[in-house]
Amino acid sequence: MQILIDHLATTLHTAAERKTPLQIHGGGSKAFYGNPVAGENVDVLDVATYSGIIDYDPTELVVTARAGTRLADLEAKLNQQGQMLAFEPPHFAAAATLGGCVATGLSGPRRASAGAVRDFVLGVRLLDGMGSDLHFGGQVMKNVAGYDVSRLQVGAMGTLGILLEVSLKVLPQPQSERTVRMQMNETEAIQRVNQWAGKPLPISASCFCEGELTVRLSGAESAVHAAHAKLGGEELAEGKSFWESVREQTHAFFQSGKTLWRLSIKSTTPPVSLPGQQLIEWNGALRWLVSDEGVDAETIRTVASNAAGHATLFRSGESRAEVFHPLAPGMMKIHRLLKQKFDPVGILNHGRLYPEHLNANQSR
Amino acid sequence: MSLQTLVNQLRSFLPPEAVLHETEDLKPYECDALSAYRQLPMVVVLPRTEEQVIKVLQLCHAMKIPIVARGAGTGLSGGALPHAEGVLLSLARLNQIIAVEPLARMARVQPGVRNLAISEAAAPYGLHYAPDPSSQIACSIGGNVAENSGGVHCLKYGLTVHNILKLRVLTIEGECLEIGGESLDSAGYDLLALMTGSEGMLGIVTEITVKLIPVPEQAQLVMAAFDDIHKAGNAVANVIGAGIIPAGMEMMDKITIHAVEEFLHAGYDLDAAAILLCESDGSTEEVADEIGRIQAIMQQSGAIKISTSRNEAERLSFWAGRKAAFPAAGRVSPDYYCMDGTIPRKHLADVLCGIENLSQAYGLRCMNVFHAGDGNLHPLILYDANQPGELEKTEEFGSKILEMCIRAGGTITGEHGVGMEKINQMCLQFKTRELEMFHAIKATFDPEGLLNPGKAVPTLHRCAELGAMHVHRGEEKFPELPRL
Repeated sequence: MQILIDHLATTLHTAAERKTPLQIHGGGSKAFYGNPVAGENVDVLDVATYSGIIDYDPTELVVTARAGTRLADLEAKLNQQGQMLAFEPPHFAAAATLGGCVATGLSGPRRASAGAVRDFVLGVRLLDGMGSDLHFGGQVMKNVAGYDVSRLQVGAMGTLGILLEVSLKVLPQPQSERTVRMQMNETEAIQRVNQWAGKPLPISASCFCEGELTVRLSGAESAVHAAHAKLGGEELAEGKSFWESVREQTHAFFQSGKTLWRLSIKSTTPPVSLPGQQLIEWNGALRWLVSDEGVDAETIRTVASNAAGHATLFRSGESRAEVFHPLAPGMMKIHRLLKQKFDPVGILNHGRLYPEHLNANQSR
Repeated sequence: MSLQTLVNQLRSFLPPEAVLHETEDLKPYECDALSAYRQLPMVVVLPRTEEQVIKVLQLCHAMKIPIVARGAGTGLSGGALPHAEGVLLSLARLNQIIAVEPLARMARVQPGVRNLAISEAAAPYGLHYAPDPSSQIACSIGGNVAENSGGVHCLKYGLTVHNILKLRVLTIEGECLEIGGESLDSAGYDLLALMTGSEGMLGIVTEITVKLIPVPEQAQLVMAAFDDIHKAGNAVANVIGAGIIPAGMEMMDKITIHAVEEFLHAGYDLDAAAILLCESDGSTEEVADEIGRIQAIMQQSGAIKISTSRNEAERLSFWAGRKAAFPAAGRVSPDYYCMDGTIPRKHLADVLCGIENLSQAYGLRCMNVFHAGDGNLHPLILYDANQPGELEKTEEFGSKILEMCIRAGGTITGEHGVGMEKINQMCLQFKTRELEMFHAIKATFDPEGLLNPGKAVPTLHRCAELGAMHVHRGEEKFPELPRL
């Protein structure tokens, strides 16, 4: 396995010398997400071969795996021990890897109650843009030695390094789960899920779509039963597959082929008025918008900013807008500088997050 | 610039009593809770508004004067140790709870607000701020952010980094950055994580938006005594292995049990080699279910005595002993030195054995209290600072413990931070290129190195002098801070 790392490091040295931009390619399941890698003559660097679980001891609640490990394999292994990745990362394809999961930083339905990818990352091993092999964080729950470079990689879209290995905190699967559904309007649904989130109830996911609020309860059977009695609603027999369809975006809502926006906003924001259909997750903090033609990105971004959040062009049908929400100038400056520190020549997934990165390097 | 000029300049925008420079006024700020390291600053400033903090930063930046930020001064690693030629920036007077939003389950607070005060303000809504470091009565939320503080409940509820949403941060130039947001994630790099635990090296936090979560309906505690520390360690693994994440799981060794029992009479079993405290919280049904399972696991793991709290008063009295471990150490010994390594739990017994051997070799007693759920050890080395050479011996002992933690695959600090105290051990935990990356990150925010210089990340020069792979402690007692 060291041979693979040496090979990657050599490739990076060469690319840095020749200033050849590299597109980091894992399983390709989230290749649609983010801006394209900028520049001409981009080389594709396949990193999926560096795979396999390195260390997993269920009673430590920690798993360490190579970034090329398929998410499906990792989750199957945890499942055998009654454990899980609590942030329910979307796969979007069978080839999805752990590295892509961390690089995109996407979390699924359980996020509002359990936390996001970044909340479970304990340590990383990575190659920076000069091919240096670096370790940050570790395999323990609590670790405040050095700056938190591990979590900095989450959602960085591979612009700060090639992830080699990741250590994650894992959690036991709940003893039982039950999905219940009730009819109500959007305003009422947003109000309810926020009220419930402030009560000691075992709610592990919520989804509002087309006048139906679906809620998942997780925990001891007795607790789930008691909570169902409090909340009311009809039990949904196919609960598991419903949440799977929300997580993997196979739910009919996501199947229109139109432009899909992701609005991550303050959970209590009243119904957001934008043309198109919406699906609401995370107790109101995540609003998916399938937008009709003619809604410009700026309008959507203004709405998200006004709701104390941000908007991402998740899947672009026709839209050619910037994928990620623009940053304030002071924040953009920090982003540029950090990128330069990790990748001085600018060869790693350049422009995948913000095209400004490229401009900064060109002007140097 | 002369001291008088600096004081005059500061007093042009700060009231006279907010600028201290007489030795007797500076004295209370010479150390944080790690009193082995002391240094008087040149000046202490006590701004009351963000506007004033900005002016302090602008002035210091223009004059190239180092700034050390300080919250409540309860830190245990010398992170707030002043700089002899610098300004100590106390944020204690930025102490307002700006807003509590029960429906959105968040609170906006200033950095000088005490940790516990947030939960008190949220209590009428059935909410609380989860991280509860043992100093929560006194420690400030700003300090918690700087250190990424944990607490007894962090295995289940997370550290500071998991429980904050947004920071207002001032750069060394006095520019304001809004990091994070009121949504659950934000665009771009996760600078919120980068700032959390950065020990005042990257910026000055002037406002924090924290998450509030529901107060559990109920909490109950199982206390299990073991005649063997290995069995206690296995019991911890068995609880986790059974799919239970306890709200808190604490272990105490024999010497600690004796020290606290003498002090408090909490009813701890004096024959025990180790006591485990295992708490369950949640809905009434959840707790009833979990407590039953925990009791059974303790039984199967060979506990010699199991007690379960029957009411809130009893739960608190079981906890009282654990919480009194530090004062008890202070009673049985003139001084104690608290360490903070984290290890993978499977190595607990080996590491405790190693500590016992070191304890004998150095002729110093050591009490072990342990956040068992997350592998965070707090060995308390008992010593007498009035005995010549004993502090030095203690520091060497402590340093050996941290080296052992690294070798076990752990870390030199779980929650207290590196500060001044563990700067040398950083050379052991990280390679040159990794330390260089830390310096590069620091330079991104603070190119001239004016914020808390000399802390948290050692210079490569320092590591080279110490020897790349081995640390000789005690050779330099009060290492010189880099001069700027």
